[in-house]
Amino acid sequence: MDFSYSDEQQMLQDSVQKFVMSQYDFDTRRKYLESEKGFSDEAWNLFAELGWLTVPFKEEDGGFGGSAVDLMVVMEEFGKGMVVEPFIPTGVISGGLITDLGSAEQKEALIGAIMEGSLQLATAYAEADSRYNLAAVGTTATKSGDDYVLNGTKIQVLNGPAADKLLVVARTAGGQFDRDGISVFIVDATAAGISKREYTNVDGHRAAEIHLKDVKVAASALLGAEGAALPALEAAIDRATLAVGAEAVGAMDSLLKKTVEYAKTRKQFGVAIGTFQALQHRMSEMFIECQLARSIVIMAAMKLDSSASVQEKAKAVSAAKSRVGRAIRKVGQEAVQIHGGIAVTDELDVGHYFKRVTTIEHLFGNTDFHTLRYARL
Amino acid sequence: MNADFTAEELEFQKEVRQFLEAEFPKDIKHKVDNGIRLEKDDYVRWQKILYKKGWVAPNWPVEYGGTGWNPTQKYIFAMEMGLYGAMEPVAFGMKMVAPVIYSFGNEEQKKRFLPDILASNVWWCQGYSEPNAGSDLASLKTTAVRDGDHYIVNGTKTWTTLGQHADWIFCLVRTDSTVKKQEGISFLLIDMKTPGIKVSPIVLLDGEPEVNEVHFDNVRVPAENLIGEENKGWTYAKVLLTHERTNIAQVPNSKLKLRKLHNLAANTPDGNGGTLLDDPVFARKLAEVDIQVLALEFAELRTLAAVSVGKAPGPESSILKIVGTEATQFIDELYMEVAAYHCMPHVPEQFTEGFEGERVAKGTLASSANVYFNNRKKSIYGGSNEVQKNIISKAVLGL
Repeated sequence: MDFSYSDEQQMLQDSVQKFVMSQYDFDTRRKYLESEKGFSDEAWNLFAELGWLTVPFKEEDGGFGGSAVDLMVVMEEFGKGMVVEPFIPTGVISGGLITDLGSAEQKEALIGAIMEGSLQLATAYAEADSRYNLAAVGTTATKSGDDYVLNGTKIQVLNGPAADKLLVVARTAGGQFDRDGISVFIVDATAAGISKREYTNVDGHRAAEIHLKDVKVAASALLGAEGAALPALEAAIDRATLAVGAEAVGAMDSLLKKTVEYAKTRKQFGVAIGTFQALQHRMSEMFIECQLARSIVIMAAMKLDSSASVQEKAKAVSAAKSRVGRAIRKVGQEAVQIHGGIAVTDELDVGHYFKRVTTIEHLFGNTDFHTLRYARL
Repeated sequence: MNADFTAEELEFQKEVRQFLEAEFPKDIKHKVDNGIRLEKDDYVRWQKILYKKGWVAPNWPVEYGGTGWNPTQKYIFAMEMGLYGAMEPVAFGMKMVAPVIYSFGNEEQKKRFLPDILASNVWWCQGYSEPNAGSDLASLKTTAVRDGDHYIVNGTKTWTTLGQHADWIFCLVRTDSTVKKQEGISFLLIDMKTPGIKVSPIVLLDGEPEVNEVHFDNVRVPAENLIGEENKGWTYAKVLLTHERTNIAQVPNSKLKLRKLHNLAANTPDGNGGTLLDDPVFARKLAEVDIQVLALEFAELRTLAAVSVGKAPGPESSILKIVGTEATQFIDELYMEVAAYHCMPHVPEQFTEGFEGERVAKGTLASSANVYFNNRKKSIYGGSNEVQKNIISKAVLGL
């Protein structure tokens, strides 16, 4: 039994932590959010330079190793500073699909570009009526000669506005909820027939609704075997789920620290409010939640890196998301309540952490979804 | 024990329903039903209609323009208004400052201020909280120093809801700093047009400048605007708070939200070919909050019944504030759960008047996260829920 980081992981953590603490303060983040793109190219290039964009990838593909614990290390530190750069949509989800499904040529063409920071990707999987069921795919890909023709609408495509290429999940066979018949296509973001409705999410991250109308792609755009992409999609989203879970652990850590600090300095009735036992107990409970969330995320990361079965891995991720989701509600709400009015203003960072963790709670399956998935797996 | 309405009360209920159907402006109804942001004019227009009908101030004494209704009628009216989606009159004039004026003001003040409040000619806002006086309101520092026929006011008030629309502000100010903090506070009415007042908007988590800071820099206020006696403001403010607590449980509002939520869940695909309402986990949560609101409703009715036989609404009304705000907040969580991915986009323009494009998600789903964020304020304002629990422990349980 060993819960300590390897030297390499320790160095990775130190490097991300140093960046977040010294170069990613709240005002800098706000400036990035308010820019046209909604994140910083400069920061992204730095991520590439420091090798963080190699973290999601296997050594054989030129990456850092692709371990879930490494990913957790990075994401937790990102969470502490609410980093908004599209690491998850480009590196974890799209990168994961390419790793699992891509041919040697596709990997060659795409993975290197992701790691050097020159390629932005987005995976379009969710649909208006799919909720969290990844197998609920209404978007179609119909064979037409040597090509495929894509039709449908995708929602909440993270990094959709900035993506150079889209990984579109579409149905090549079967009915709307069938597990078989789901394929992934690599589509140029500017391909004829694609229109985007871009928006900013409540947590500041950029996303888009993407309409595909008779979008023609060559057979070479298919990622993996036709109709067999669902297991890889599930694995990629599970990995992203773990990543946001770790991010939430970092963000909740910041929320707890800030709340405790505030309680020590904010005076009412002539004393610091942190002297009130009623509030002390609630902050203790926040601490307990943070510890349990951290523990279960570590459990899931270790499971993903183990030789456990696909099912066991999925179950571990659902356990983590379910438990982290509960912690998010408690820690987020209490951080705001203990701060009082100031925390519901746009001015203070606490409200922004609250928005980010709340968004995480609803990303990739909410607490009820993952609790039930855990029960059924 | 009898919780049935009498024939007359049922008749009254019918009359209220007919009135709302006929008189609540259709364009405002459209906004309320579709989550479109209301403007100042929407509130004023509706209040003037209520005023014309004589129903704008059910809780005022009849001599000043009240309806003379019994508690059951008031309850029926509030319930029908809420279930129809008709806004309650903005509280600051009608429910907050007016009771202080008719209870403690002089005849001239009553004549000067009450008719314009009743007719919604003047918009009031509240100057209570300060940056360093929140839960501990009595520690407020804004000063009013007497100078001949005037007070000179200096300081900063905060969380002034809709202060950007206000013509007047009622303030708690410190007139004596040598005595116990509650005993040196006065209640002062201030014209917002007076030189030296600056209003700075505070943007909240949903991106809207709903509240403000109001700065007073040597603001000269005629001494005739003082309510009652100097240094008795805290007593008056406490009376105001009991009026503020009427309908603080927000039962009608929660019932309407639950009704809509039920409808929404019945029409939201669960991703497996059914609807969310078929999902026993969600259905159970919906039922739980429904039951909570029902218990709250009867807790409120019991309070009303006690008031009707002459008892003052006691510290038990803190229950209504705590449970009412928590129920609302929990309902907001369920809206987000129904929305799933649809709760994420922040596209505020689609909830403003005149927006003609298609919304990113059906109905009000895409505002659910913002509503959740914004309504966290409910357990903080009006005496935070922690302060309410202190009241229960001290005043009810004697701890």
